[in-house]
Amino acid sequence: MPSTPRTHADGIERREFIKKTGAGVLAAGFPAIISSQTVTNAVKVGLVGSGGRGTGAAAQALTADAAAELTAIADIDEAIVDRAANRLKGSEKFGARVKIDNAFFGLDAYDKVINSGVDVVLLATPPGFRPQHLTAAVNANKHVFCEKPCATDSPGVREVIAAQKLAQTKNLALVGGFCWRYNNMIQEAVQRVHNGELGRLVAHYSTYYTNPVKPMPPESERPAGMSDIEWQIRNWYNFTWLCGDSLVEQAVHNADKIMWIMKDQPPASCVAIGGRAVPANGGNIFDHFEANYLFPNGYRVFLANRQSTGCYNATHDYVMGTEATLVLGVGQPRIETPDGKVKWQFEGEAYDMYQKEHDVLFASIRSGKPKNDDLNLATSTLLAIMGRNAAYSGQQLTWDQVLNSQVSLVPKPVEWNAKHEVPGLAIPGRTTMA
Amino acid sequence: MNLRGALCLAMVLLTIAQAVPLLSSQAAKAPDPKELAAVEKIRARIEEQSKKSATAKPAAYKVTIPNTTVSYGMAPIPAGEFTMGSDAPGAKPDEQPAHKVKLDAFWMQTHEVTWDAYLMFMFTDQAREKEHPDALVDALSRPTAPHLEMSFGRGNQGFPAISMTQYAASKFAQWLSAKTGEFYRLPTEAEWEYACRAGGEPAPKPLDDVAWYKKNSPQGNFTSGTYHAIGTKKPSAWGLYDMLGNVMEWTLDQYAPYAAAAQQNPVVPSKTSYPHAVRGGSWNDEEPAVTCTARVKSDASWKRQDPQLPKSVWYMTDAQWLGFRLVRPASLPSALDMYRAWNNGVEVDPF
Repeated sequence: MPSTPRTHADGIERREFIKKTGAGVLAAGFPAIISSQTVTNAVKVGLVGSGGRGTGAAAQALTADAAAELTAIADIDEAIVDRAANRLKGSEKFGARVKIDNAFFGLDAYDKVINSGVDVVLLATPPGFRPQHLTAAVNANKHVFCEKPCATDSPGVREVIAAQKLAQTKNLALVGGFCWRYNNMIQEAVQRVHNGELGRLVAHYSTYYTNPVKPMPPESERPAGMSDIEWQIRNWYNFTWLCGDSLVEQAVHNADKIMWIMKDQPPASCVAIGGRAVPANGGNIFDHFEANYLFPNGYRVFLANRQSTGCYNATHDYVMGTEATLVLGVGQPRIETPDGKVKWQFEGEAYDMYQKEHDVLFASIRSGKPKNDDLNLATSTLLAIMGRNAAYSGQQLTWDQVLNSQVSLVPKPVEWNAKHEVPGLAIPGRTTMA
Repeated sequence: MNLRGALCLAMVLLTIAQAVPLLSSQAAKAPDPKELAAVEKIRARIEEQSKKSATAKPAAYKVTIPNTTVSYGMAPIPAGEFTMGSDAPGAKPDEQPAHKVKLDAFWMQTHEVTWDAYLMFMFTDQAREKEHPDALVDALSRPTAPHLEMSFGRGNQGFPAISMTQYAASKFAQWLSAKTGEFYRLPTEAEWEYACRAGGEPAPKPLDDVAWYKKNSPQGNFTSGTYHAIGTKKPSAWGLYDMLGNVMEWTLDQYAPYAAAAQQNPVVPSKTSYPHAVRGGSWNDEEPAVTCTARVKSDASWKRQDPQLPKSVWYMTDAQWLGFRLVRPASLPSALDMYRAWNNGVEVDPF
C-alpha cells in the first residue's frame, strides 16, 4: 500500500509563511538553539506508530514541553491515524498544539513523517520496524524517543547500536523507552545495590508471570484478500519477527533491570527453556520462557516469564546478595536481611515514569545537551534476545554469539502485499539461532 | 399562589421526584439501540428465570457461576429507613448533613467479588465459555487483556479482585446477570451505607474483629500491607463480610455533596468520569477512614501507570486497594434502568 500524504491546505500555508519569514530561519536553526518566549520556539514532533502506546507517548511529549506541537503522524492505515489524531486534538490540556499538517499511512509513512520538517520523532510501532525507523530518524538529524524493545533480532540490535553512536556524534537526543530507568523508586533501589548494601551479589530471580497480551484471532477472521504481511502486522504480537516474542516484548523490562543492576555489563552465557501450551493459531511465539544467565564472578540470573490465563501471576525481582536481598514488585521496593528484617523500604511518592521520559528528553534538547546515553536500549534488548535465542535453539549461547548472530527475522524489504510464511514454533535442538 | 401554596406544590413535586424509579433520572445520552436490545434479551432471561425459581421470601442463598466451581453468597437486606451520613463530632464535611433515606429491599453479595470470579470475566477460557457457548454472553463487552499483572503479586485464589474501573465493575455485573439470570448492579452509595451499618453503629469496635486495615494488614512480603482472603474476619449482623476494610468498594453514584432533605432510593447519576463514590476503606487505610460513613472520591491518578492513550476503560493500575461487590434489587427494573446501571457513559477519561 502506498503511503498517502494528506497535507492540509492551511498547513502548507503556515509552513510557507514560516519559511519566508525570519522566524523560519530561526526555526531551521533548531534543535541546538531555541530562543525562549517566542513563537518560533515551537518544537515540532512527529509520531510514528499511533496505537495506544504511541498516542500516549505523543500526549506525554505535548505535556513535557509547553511549546511542543504534534505536526505529523503515521501508521499503517488511515483509520488508526485519524483515531489517534482526534483523541489528541480533544485534549483540553494540549489539543490546541495538535497541528497535524501531515498524516501519512502505509509502510513508508515513517520516512515521510521524519522528512516532514519535524524536530523530534517518537518511534512506537511494533519493534520489528524499530531499527529501520531509528536509523532513518538519526540520519535525518532528528531527536528521538524510541520505545522498547529496540529490535527483534541481532542484526537489528547492531543497527541500533550504530544509530546510537551516530546520534552521539551528531549531538542528537535519543531517549529509550525502558521506563523503569526513569522511575525514582527503582532508581533509589538500584543505587543502593550499587552502593553495596546487599554485599556481594549472588543471584537474581526475576519474573513476569501474566496473562496473554494480544492473542491471535483464528484464521477464519482474516478478511478475504488480506496479504500475509498485513495480517501479521495487524496481529503483530503473535509473530517473533514483529514483537520478538514475549520475553523480548514484555519481559524485556526485567532484562533491563537485570542489566541495570549489572551496570550494563553483559553476561558470559545463557541457557534457556521455553515453549507453548496453548495453540498458537498461526502465530509463532512461545507463551513461557525461563532463561538462566551466567554473569562474571559466578553471578546467576534466572528470568522467567509466562503469558497464560488461570495461572499464578506476579511480576517481581529478588536480587540476592551475601548480606541482604532487594525485593521489587511485591509491595514497596525494599531491602531485607536474611532474618527478614526490612533494612530499607522506599518511602515517598513515585513519579509518573512515562511522563518523566519525555520531561527528560525535552529538557535535554532545550538545554542544548541532548540526552543520548541510554545505551541499555540496545544491550537490554539483546539480553532478552539472548534468552529467546537460547530457548528457541536449545543451545548454550555466549554474549558474543548473540551480538554477532546473522539470524535475521525481519523480511527485507517488508512489502504490504507480500506473501510471507513465518516459520512454525521453534523446536529446541532443531531450530538454529546462532 | 401564596407562599404556603408554593411550598405545598414544591413538596408534591419533590415527592414525585423521589418516587421515580431508580436511575431513570439519569441525564445520560440516548442509549445505544444495539446495546439496549441486548439488555432487553438479558432482562427476558431474568424474567424467565424468576418464574422458575420464585423467591418470594427474602432469604440468604448461594449462587454457582454456571459451568464453573466458583460460587458466592447473597444476603437479604430488608427494606427500611436509616440516617445516612453523620453529624457526630469529628464527622468529615462530606458526611454531612445526616439525612433520612428510605430504601427498597435488595440482596447483597456477602463477600467482595473475588479474582476467581473476575478472572472468568476477563478471560473467556477461564469461564469455559467455548465449551458452553451462549450467544447472549458471547456478545457482551469484556475487558481487554491487561499489560500489567493486575493482582500485583498479591495473590488470586480466594482474594478480592482489585484495580478495575467502575465501568468494568458494572460490565462484570452485566456479564454475571446474563450468566446467572439474576439482575446485578453496583450498590448505590445509600444502599452500601445502609448495608454496612446493618442496623448498628457506623464504626464498630474493635475494628480489628471485622476489618483488615492499615494496622493489621502487613503480611509476608507485603510489609506495607495487602489484601487478605475474603471472609476471614467476623461478618456483620446482616451476614456481610469485609464491608469495612480489605478493599474499598465501588458504588454506582457520582460523588456529590449530601442534601438535607429526606430521600427515597437516591442515586446520583454519572455526568463526568471523576469522581465517583467509593466506600468502606481498605487495607491501606488508618482506622478513622474505615467506617460506614467515610466517603472516598475516585481520581484520575488511580490510572497513572497506564502508559496508553486513551487510558484503559477497564483498569485502574494504581488502585490496588479498590474492589467491589454487587447487589440484586428485590424487584426487577426496566430494561432502560438496567442499561443505565451497566453503562455509566463516562468511562473514557478526559485528558
